[in-house]
Amino acid sequence: MRITCPLCGERDRREFYYQGAAVLLERPAFDASDEAWDGYLHLRDNPAGKTRDLWYHEAGCGAWVVVTRDTVTHAVLDCVLASDVASGARP
Amino acid sequence: MRIDDKGIVDRTRPVRFRFDGIIYEGVKGDTVASALLANDVRLLGRSFKYHRPRGILSAGSEEPNALVTVGRGAGAEPNVRATVQEIYEGLETTSQNRWPSLTLDLMAVNDLAAPFLGAGFYYKTFMWPATFWEKFYEPLIRRAAGLGALSGEANPDRYERAYAFCDLLVIGAGPTGLMAALTAARSGADVMLLDEDSSMGGRLLSETDLVEGQTGPDWVDRVLAELRGMDNVRLMTRTTVAGVYDQGTFGALERVGHHRAERPAGAPLETFWRIVARRAVLAAGALERPVAFRNNDRPGIMLAGAVRSYLNRWGVAPGRKVTVFGNTDDAHRTARDLVDAGVHVAALIDSRHDAPDSSDYPVFKGATVSDSSGRTALSSITVRRIGGEERIATDCLAMSGGWNPSVHLTCHLNGRPTWRDDILAFVPRPGAVPGLYAAGACNGVFSTAGCLRDGVRAASEALRDLGITPANVTSPEAENAPYAIAPLWAVPGRGRAWLDFQNDVTVKDVKQAATENFRSVEHMKRYTTQGMATDQGKSSNVTALAILADVTGRGIAETGTTTFRPPFSPVAIAALGAWGQGKGFAPDRLMTSHAASLERNAPMIEAGLWYRPSYFPRPGETTWRQSCDREVSMVREAVGVCDVSTLGKIDIQGPDAPEFLDLVYCNVVSKLKVGRVRYGLMLREDGHVMDDGTCARLGETHFLMTTTTAAAGQVMRHLEFARQGLMSHLDVAISSVTENWAQFAVAGPRSRALIDGILDSPLNEADWPFMACGPVRVLGVAGRLFRISFSGEHGYEIAVPARYGDSLFRLLIERAEALRGGAYGMEALNVLRIEKGFITHAEIHGRVTAFDIGMDRMMAQRKDFIGKRLARRPGLIDPERERLVGLKPAGAVQEMTAGAHLFKDGAEPVAPNSQGYVTSVAFSPTLGHMIALGFLKNGPARHGETVRMVDHLRALDTRCEVVDPVFYDPEGGRVRG
Repeated sequence: MRITCPLCGERDRREFYYQGAAVLLERPAFDASDEAWDGYLHLRDNPAGKTRDLWYHEAGCGAWVVVTRDTVTHAVLDCVLASDVASGARP
Repeated sequence: MRIDDKGIVDRTRPVRFRFDGIIYEGVKGDTVASALLANDVRLLGRSFKYHRPRGILSAGSEEPNALVTVGRGAGAEPNVRATVQEIYEGLETTSQNRWPSLTLDLMAVNDLAAPFLGAGFYYKTFMWPATFWEKFYEPLIRRAAGLGALSGEANPDRYERAYAFCDLLVIGAGPTGLMAALTAARSGADVMLLDEDSSMGGRLLSETDLVEGQTGPDWVDRVLAELRGMDNVRLMTRTTVAGVYDQGTFGALERVGHHRAERPAGAPLETFWRIVARRAVLAAGALERPVAFRNNDRPGIMLAGAVRSYLNRWGVAPGRKVTVFGNTDDAHRTARDLVDAGVHVAALIDSRHDAPDSSDYPVFKGATVSDSSGRTALSSITVRRIGGEERIATDCLAMSGGWNPSVHLTCHLNGRPTWRDDILAFVPRPGAVPGLYAAGACNGVFSTAGCLRDGVRAASEALRDLGITPANVTSPEAENAPYAIAPLWAVPGRGRAWLDFQNDVTVKDVKQAATENFRSVEHMKRYTTQGMATDQGKSSNVTALAILADVTGRGIAETGTTTFRPPFSPVAIAALGAWGQGKGFAPDRLMTSHAASLERNAPMIEAGLWYRPSYFPRPGETTWRQSCDREVSMVREAVGVCDVSTLGKIDIQGPDAPEFLDLVYCNVVSKLKVGRVRYGLMLREDGHVMDDGTCARLGETHFLMTTTTAAAGQVMRHLEFARQGLMSHLDVAISSVTENWAQFAVAGPRSRALIDGILDSPLNEADWPFMACGPVRVLGVAGRLFRISFSGEHGYEIAVPARYGDSLFRLLIERAEALRGGAYGMEALNVLRIEKGFITHAEIHGRVTAFDIGMDRMMAQRKDFIGKRLARRPGLIDPERERLVGLKPAGAVQEMTAGAHLFKDGAEPVAPNSQGYVTSVAFSPTLGHMIALGFLKNGPARHGETVRMVDHLRALDTRCEVVDPVFYDPEGGRVRG
């Protein structure tokens, strides 16, 4: 599997640490409902198709990235900086 | 028998090798198979289950029968295909799965028991009693069945891994692959051309047809010469593409050392390549399939194309009186080539009624071979035609049931091949592997001219896809005969007709499976073990499913294939795992004090990848406990020095650093004054403790965080996530500086004297209270000093750039010894911290909360931090949770163990009654008895209670008293004084 890091270019997935669903970027406010926190921490979709997950370029530049990929075809569709997603610069 | 003037091997260079102890002579370029055939050796091994005599079937990597063991001793390699192994001077090979010898194999009695050993035999016979399986059946079967055996010793050989990248990867260097590579190379693309064979050329090395008026081998040489002259082309022989992976990644095994007695210094036996190709052309060719008929497994019965290979490439006639059996015009080429070479062809048997005639040999049209005979090698065949049966004496039968395109690699990403009725074969589904184009014989194109054209076509398509204009390449003229085939899978009749030679599966077994309703091809495979041997049924799968289709009354397309998975041919785990063993798996991380510690005979223990000194033995000390006790007392009474460089150090800078730290620590750090250090506790978002450490404020916008040794990587990752993913608006930068600084703990009542002695100017008492920090000059070097303590004594940690670590450590020890102190190791460090009730990852093991370790009041009220919301869940602040306590012996207890469970005094020590567990234990020389830390339900409220400590694993059952976890100096007077 190959991931194109926005800072370093196309790299082998072994350079990356896999975290999980990109939902982790949407941290609820402290006073959000129990359901919101439960969902943030525990509930994950398991899609057959497009999914967005967080990877960390640990053996590279240290960037956290959001990878859009297809769990059926294994195609890697997109890779953007997590900081851009978090700041709203990227969807 | 070697034929004069045939073959492209070097007759002037004889090579001697051994097979089963006997020395044979071959020539340079021979495989074990071709050299043995040249010496008229036809019996090479015994079959897996029935111990039937077996010879050579094929001339390539698909060989199911001719498996030998190469070499001897620890490095002996079993199950090597004799058709692939090249000979070299001194090569030693032995046959397998026979006892006492190959010609007299007593295990062949299995063959007589064949009626009882068919498909499903194991499932039906060994149902009961259950204990019989382990004690009786399995050892028996293992002794009787099997292939070669490993030596049982560690593999002494060297393996490598390597990486490569290219525009176009061409897999297979036959006519198709050569034209594809040539087209791409002339277009300027970066090309890799790989072939599993020792020489490139594929079938062109085995056929007599001309290409552009030249012989096949001459034309191949000309193309290779052009490719070698171009610097955008890499050619690799003896390299098998074993697997296809996502995004154009290919795994390939290069056999670097198997073909020579001596390797160049440093060369590995095998190299496993990971190749990333922007596009690929699959030119893997096709594999001929045998015909199933009674006793079709006798040595001397070979594939027709393989007979041509031995004749034309190696100059060897596999028999003196050859018969040919087939269902295509292709089979007739074998007869013609043999006649041209002066070999007698006794008959050609063609199942088609419209087969072409010949004046050179008798042609039996509309006929089949129905049986064979001969003890350890073929002596005659039975030919059946409408008029009846007749026996023909022959020592070699060349058979062909048609050709199967090598679609394997196109199926590795779960693609399914498509059935073509006109060629009676499966071909790849286009697009089954993104970016990979199948071409030539593996794409169902069987004429040489067609393959040459298809190679140009596929490469041009791939190049255009890459935005490269393909060069105009004309494909050469060559043989262009149509492929006329009639169905011929199995010849009907009694007896056993073999499909999977390697796993001893017959037509009858497949029919039996269908009868018992294992009608799905995947079920049939597992029930009969068809295609599950090391050749993965390369020559038998399609025939087996054709028979299954027939008995179940379905078409072959509907029946479908089993799934081809990597590897295409066997790959040693040692090659896949190259660099993944020993230091490659776990490299050493050494502290700057490492050499000095070894000089002082300190035993080193692993802490993650780090090596740390366990203790520093002194003359007269014979046990670790003596050294440890002495080192603890030394710190408590004088001064000790310990290398603590393995702790994670993370440099945090920027105007928003205080705000950032307040998010990641549960306590407030932003209010910390410059020149001060604070203990910090970090939670996971789920409210459990992640790590702890210190945080020093070196400047208004500059902090230095320490982490535990074990969690340094995890914490760094976590901080980067918080910075980039949760607080991307903050202006803060973080960087790991763990390896940039050597840091030593100097602890004990005389630590101040020791520190003052190495600083350029002594410390001013008022400026350096407990938890102070700041820059210092250490013998002229800029360093940092922290007045912190993990021992409970007045202490410091002093840091210098790593390159000064070794000399500072030696100096500190020397001066400490002059103060009646010295170096201390991990054992003493552990005792000192348990005496003080300080926690490590033995306590914060991932399931404990700040509440559990008595630090709930550290969690800030007036700010948000990671873990805050969920740490407040009722279940995480329940007083009945298992919470940190100290434990000391009640009475004359000699021993306590970490891992023991705690029970109420008098309760039965069974799991449901467990009240908690012990995490850390030490003998305290300071207090003169054992002490322990552990977790106990509602522990803080139970100080003074006596509980039962039971370690079921170590058979320990004792009583102890629950106490405060801080055993020593609970007021903290010593650390501040």
